[in-house]
Amino acid sequence: MPDQLLFAMEVALNGLMAGVMYALVALGFVLIFKASGIFNYAQGVMALFAAMTVVGIQKGQVPFAHLINAIFGTHIHYFGWNVPALGAILLTVIVMGLFAWVVNKLVLKHLVNQEPIILFMATIGLAYFLEGVADLMWGADIKKLDVGLPQGINGYIDETTFNLFGYGFFIDNLDITASVIAAILVTALVLFSQYTKQGRALRAVADDHQAALSVGISLNFIWVLVWTIAGCVALVAGMMWGAKSGVQFSLSLIALKALPVLMLGGFTSIPGAIVGGLIIGVGEQLFEFAIGAPYLGGATQNWFAYVLALLFLVFRPQGLFGEKIIERV
Amino acid sequence: MKAKTLATTAVLAVMAGAPVMADLVFPSLSYRTGPYAANGIPFADGYADYFTLLNERDGGIGGVATRLLECETGYNTQKGVECYEATKGEGALVYQPLSTGITYQLIPKATADGIPVHSMGYGRTSAKNGSVFRNVFNYPANYWDGASHAVTHILNENGGDISGKKIALVYHNSAYGKEPIRTLEGLAEKHGFELLLLPVDHPGQEQKAQWLQIRRERPDNVLMWGWGVMNQVAIQEAVNIRYPMENFIGVWWSGSENDVLPAGDGASGYKSITFHNIGADYPIYDDLKTHVVDKGLAAGAGDALGTVLYNRGMYAAMLAAEAAAKAQEIHGTADITPAMMRDGMEALEITEARMAELGLPNFGPEFSVSCGNHGGDGFGAIVQWDASAGSWNKITEYYQSDQDIIMPLVAEDSAAFAAENNIEAACN
Repeated sequence: MPDQLLFAMEVALNGLMAGVMYALVALGFVLIFKASGIFNYAQGVMALFAAMTVVGIQKGQVPFAHLINAIFGTHIHYFGWNVPALGAILLTVIVMGLFAWVVNKLVLKHLVNQEPIILFMATIGLAYFLEGVADLMWGADIKKLDVGLPQGINGYIDETTFNLFGYGFFIDNLDITASVIAAILVTALVLFSQYTKQGRALRAVADDHQAALSVGISLNFIWVLVWTIAGCVALVAGMMWGAKSGVQFSLSLIALKALPVLMLGGFTSIPGAIVGGLIIGVGEQLFEFAIGAPYLGGATQNWFAYVLALLFLVFRPQGLFGEKIIERV
Repeated sequence: MKAKTLATTAVLAVMAGAPVMADLVFPSLSYRTGPYAANGIPFADGYADYFTLLNERDGGIGGVATRLLECETGYNTQKGVECYEATKGEGALVYQPLSTGITYQLIPKATADGIPVHSMGYGRTSAKNGSVFRNVFNYPANYWDGASHAVTHILNENGGDISGKKIALVYHNSAYGKEPIRTLEGLAEKHGFELLLLPVDHPGQEQKAQWLQIRRERPDNVLMWGWGVMNQVAIQEAVNIRYPMENFIGVWWSGSENDVLPAGDGASGYKSITFHNIGADYPIYDDLKTHVVDKGLAAGAGDALGTVLYNRGMYAAMLAAEAAAKAQEIHGTADITPAMMRDGMEALEITEARMAELGLPNFGPEFSVSCGNHGGDGFGAIVQWDASAGSWNKITEYYQSDQDIIMPLVAEDSAAFAAENNIEAACN
């Protein structure tokens, strides 16, 4: 097999893997938009906050230590214990639940029936507020995420492809793990929304707020629930991306990677987020390999993802899996 | 009551009779928030702590207290310019913009206002030519020096012959990241190596395509001009593809503890260029502990002392303080103006004897500044990360960059700037 074809296959496979990572971020957006019509600008910052909380709890860091020390003249930074990774993750899930409750109580509850743009603006405020809180709570230093996620080249794939083609493919173990987790996550979300009472209530609210309220579904409960689930998805995305780069402020920027995925897959479809992520991932990597790097000087992934999404928008404005918008006059 | 009034009157009378000595104002355009805060905080702390040390230990510089004016830029160019405008009226002696973008904006403004700018290891490289950039200084080294330091190191490791070798540059796709390209192209022509350019878009969280290409092309060495998250991801990707870390060299902005720690043990062997030493094994740290940290006056938690970026901030403050002292000496007054500070910077001479006197023996290269040379003598060294010890080790002595390549580039670029801005190059 010609070398270039093998390289293209390797790039495409890695693009698919990168797409799964994008989809993990996009899923959080979809969940909240589907249930409440809110485009949650704070989703990226939630991923940052969740990942910082996992590391902070795991290492026994005292929250708001700098603030406490500055006010009381103390020098405390750590409790002196370490929490196992699983314990830290579970505690973070509780923190994200509390966060969802606070957001609903202090912000969303007061904005029921407001225009979507107002709710969007509220999430912008929330994003900047949460950024500051995360910084103040856990510090701005870059933290190593140590929850046992495997990283580095997958030896089996390397060896197998080498035996087959005479060239070993590089696939990162972290990407494989992310794919497995994404598959579990999507399956769980679909099962939850199809077969549980809360899931059906969630779908009812997504279809029609007023109708759902009229049959006794609590909007507050549903919003807290969906923000908690989105918080958990943010936790997964934050950990996966944090394993690549360390847990740091830039994690909040991963939201930028989710936007073209949402444009392509639709804002209301969970499978759309996955398929959109895969198309964007493989499309941008193959474009960089075939055209970007050899002819355009490289670094085309960021803008090409948006070009690809725009192309899809032109032909299918609601996205690949989005619901068709029909407004009768 | 009467005695108290009399005493107060006496104190006021003495104060009125004494000459008024204004503080020596040093603005600090810091970034303690935003995506680059992890790097900005230790630098700002080192910068602040050094001036606190001077005040506490020596009563300032030449008997005049220093005053730090910290302004948060968030590493944002617009905010940086706002900080400049907000603080310049306070008698600011020198600006260290801490960002190439902010530096480019401040060059015309500060020149018009007569305030010197010191962009240490960043900013516009051709500002080395002081006859064109009268108010801008970039000693002791610049990006073009850095590119040359990296290539010289590779030459030294290959017995002086790198013809036919392949060197890749992974760079932030911005003006900053593109800075070394011209120098590397010149060096590639001179030494016969092949240069492979691999840009990474901001912020640099996804670099799979670049590192797959490196895996395919197998360059003998990889250089990196990165910043922020790009550094951590690049080092992790290099570990993932099992690239030999000892062949991977980053510029000084890709060589702090923040950049290597997230990759764990795999980052061991990674190298970085530097223009100052690392660690806390210097006499000045005893003074910092006694006069600053133990008194609770440290700008941060006091736990960053000795880290790469803290040392860089402290070194920047030390060079500013030395220039201020030089200005006081030249003009025969302790109460100096920004114009006098500029003169002090232009006459700055850093010798090993002086560094030892300051409690920083063997900390940085010796260099001198002149009108024609605002960039120092272009000395740098290589440090290597030891993950098991959790520390950087300096593995070479300081050596000079290839002046035959760099000086013509400086002359060409500064001449273009002079022509664009109707500046007549002169030293007066």
